[in-house]
Amino acid sequence: MQATNILILILGLGLFAFYLGRGRSLALAKPLGGIRHIHSLPSYYGAHVALWCALPSLLLLGLWMIFDGPLIHSIVLKSLASGGMVIDASSESLLLNKITNLADGVLPRKGEQPALVVAADLMLRLQEISRWSLTALMLTLSLTGFGWSWSRISSTFRARPRVEKVMEKLLLTCACVAIFTTLGIVLSVLFESIQFFRSVPIDDFVFGLDWSPQTAIREDQVGSSGSFGAVPLFVGTLLISAVAMCIAVPVGLMSAIYLAEYASKSVRSIAKPALEVLAGIPTVVYGFFAALTVAPFLRDLGASFGLTVSSESALAAGGVMGVMIIPFISSLADDVITAVPQSMRDGSLAMGATKSETVRNVIIPAALPGIVGGIMLAVSRAIGETMIVVMAAGMAAKLTANPLESVTTVTVQIVTLLTGDQEFDSPKTLAAFALGLMLFVVTLMLNIFALQIVKKYREQYD
Amino acid sequence: MTKPDNKPVNNLEKIRKSLSRRNRSERLFRWYGRLAIFIGLAAVTVLFTDIVSKGHGAFRIAYLQLEVEYDQDLIGVDNLTDPEQLILGNWQAVPKQALREQFPDVSGRSDKRKLYGLVSNGSGFDLKDRLLANPMLLGTRETIWILADDDIDTYYKSWLDGEPYAARLSDKQVEWIGELHDQGKIRLQFNSNLFTRGDSREPEQAGIRGAVMGSLFTLLLTLMLSFPIGVAAAIYLEEFAPKNGWTDFIEVNINNLAAVPSIIFGLLGLAIFINFFHVPRSVPIVGGLVLTLMTLPTIIITSRAAIKSVPPSIREAALGMGASKYQMVLHHVLPLALPGMLTGAIIGMAQALGESAPLLMIGMVAFIVDIPGGFSDPATVLPVQIFLWADSPERAFIEKTSAAIMVLLSFLIVMNTSAVWLRKRLERRW
Repeated sequence: MQATNILILILGLGLFAFYLGRGRSLALAKPLGGIRHIHSLPSYYGAHVALWCALPSLLLLGLWMIFDGPLIHSIVLKSLASGGMVIDASSESLLLNKITNLADGVLPRKGEQPALVVAADLMLRLQEISRWSLTALMLTLSLTGFGWSWSRISSTFRARPRVEKVMEKLLLTCACVAIFTTLGIVLSVLFESIQFFRSVPIDDFVFGLDWSPQTAIREDQVGSSGSFGAVPLFVGTLLISAVAMCIAVPVGLMSAIYLAEYASKSVRSIAKPALEVLAGIPTVVYGFFAALTVAPFLRDLGASFGLTVSSESALAAGGVMGVMIIPFISSLADDVITAVPQSMRDGSLAMGATKSETVRNVIIPAALPGIVGGIMLAVSRAIGETMIVVMAAGMAAKLTANPLESVTTVTVQIVTLLTGDQEFDSPKTLAAFALGLMLFVVTLMLNIFALQIVKKYREQYD
Repeated sequence: MTKPDNKPVNNLEKIRKSLSRRNRSERLFRWYGRLAIFIGLAAVTVLFTDIVSKGHGAFRIAYLQLEVEYDQDLIGVDNLTDPEQLILGNWQAVPKQALREQFPDVSGRSDKRKLYGLVSNGSGFDLKDRLLANPMLLGTRETIWILADDDIDTYYKSWLDGEPYAARLSDKQVEWIGELHDQGKIRLQFNSNLFTRGDSREPEQAGIRGAVMGSLFTLLLTLMLSFPIGVAAAIYLEEFAPKNGWTDFIEVNINNLAAVPSIIFGLLGLAIFINFFHVPRSVPIVGGLVLTLMTLPTIIITSRAAIKSVPPSIREAALGMGASKYQMVLHHVLPLALPGMLTGAIIGMAQALGESAPLLMIGMVAFIVDIPGGFSDPATVLPVQIFLWADSPERAFIEKTSAAIMVLLSFLIVMNTSAVWLRKRLERRW
């Protein structure tokens, strides 16, 4: 039986168990003179039975789905190896893929090596066994759980505390998904990076000035080694982010100040949502806009002034990214500016300062930590932004600080290294994870620092 | 002891003198603010105008009127129920013959090839589908509208607009189109292919149906996973969590995950789901899981805000009436916080719908023609389809891409306005 079918079956059984348990508690309560005379409400008895019926087998299902595939694969590989086939680590995944395709009937069986056909049959048989034993085990577990909890229903059985305890554990598990995610990110990126740093020394990666990650098809090819110096990527990322910030910070900050301090209510109620539209536009749309409208426009504009502007210039990608970040900065700045107590404004105005002097000399200094925090969050966003640069920035890693030239970024390289079919263990793909690690660490530090600042600032005026 | 030049009269004089300068800088500052707002609004306007002006044409596409004959010998099919014949049949011969009849004086190999280039490469298969739907047509003639090639479509539209773009056409082809136009045998029709077909290498045959279905399955899974988990996590953190280091750690994690670049989630999906658990690439299951992890922080944060906004008096009243803590949460707090949570979920889904970077990592960029029918069929999603089309060299794909963007943006606008509407409609002020 398919996993989804089993899932539906078990959930159905759980529902059934709920009604049975509830019914039994109601039947128990009747001769005693109503549900006031049993410990918990009938639905809690039902929920208790349902939980015992469904939860253990669902847990089993989860574990089974994790370990079932790798186990079958290792058994199949072992049988192949005992049949006299030499399998090394690199051909393993290829072989497994082939066997899986044979077993699924995607590849025709005609003309394949007999050993592989046998292995495919073995795989099919194992999958069959696994499916049936899973179904049988889950059903037994469900029915046992049901029978046991059913037999415990009595007028003094404390169903409610038990159900609530289980529910609290479930809620806690859900809350911990965030931790598992972080852990998953760290582990997945770290493991691959460590593998990468085994073949490429870490200081070559962090301080190397040359990035050309192509690896050779033949051993003796020219330039077969590939070089993984990430400095051009860092410089490119910083250049594009700097261009973006040059646009986003002044525009975002000034519009926040205007909306918070000057604009009438009606202007604010129109302009604020209109600016926030920019935040809701998918980045792929910005990428398209940058690549097909802004970049050619800048190139032609540059040509009319006698400048050579690359058609994948950092200016185009950074400029559009800046537009994307405007609402991010303006809404964060708006929050901190409106959080500055009115008494400070009144004090300054009462001393005869004009409104702009109040803003410049009182409000901005008071809101500065919050604004800086917001800008740092925006920088972390610009560094991690992917689609705009993938579509509008270049591929070639050039070490330059000229925004009119084409540069590449960390995220562009991650995407180019990892899209398409590749061998998973080559330094080329592992390099993408090393870049991912860099990206994660840098944005994490920026985020933690910025969130700390913003939090502290909020407490100051609360 | 005041110095002579610091007398009140002198100070007043000084202030009066500096007043005009100060007022000027005040006005200037105000104009800077207006300029900033203007730049932001101009960016919105330019972006939308650009997309619409590039994409509006894609909703109509050129068709040619030809008289076709479903000639059994020409196609090589005499029995429409025989699948082998259907596969081997020379379907493209039908529109080719119709073109030869329309322009009988065309001769020579290269001219003929150009002539055949007027209609879409897939038009023969469209005729096959039509024939299969009406088997009576076999062996008869009829006059129908046939899909034109994308270059013809581009040229015809630009010609109608008064700026002919004929870079990809020969003079002969331009002449033929002029002839067809004079006879009323070429026209623009509503482009239903855009909404009913999957991806294709031929721009005129390509549609967004496959990507829309892929997005639908991916988002459905995302919603089914992230909403319950997010709400449960929010309830735990707001109502039950003890104030200790573990809770703080969870909170720090959630806040950081909300700001982690989305591409990192793609790396997570690639390393864990695909390389460790061997889930196949390109399927909505992996996409849904990755987007779930990505939207979860948003949903948790908005759900917590919604729970927080329920006043404590409600909780105290429930507890005072003898409800247990769970009964208080499930029967009183949750129903009151639900509108806010739903708004958060819609915003999270809108974010997930527009996301493409992590999906590139897990192989949802593959060229997929078939329309996915389930969670485990290879699929792509709408933003990734836009990315793929934007990368295609054919000029006609620019139009298509912009049209796909318009569809994506309208989905997003509907979702966001419904979120705002929901909030306005259901939100309770205490």
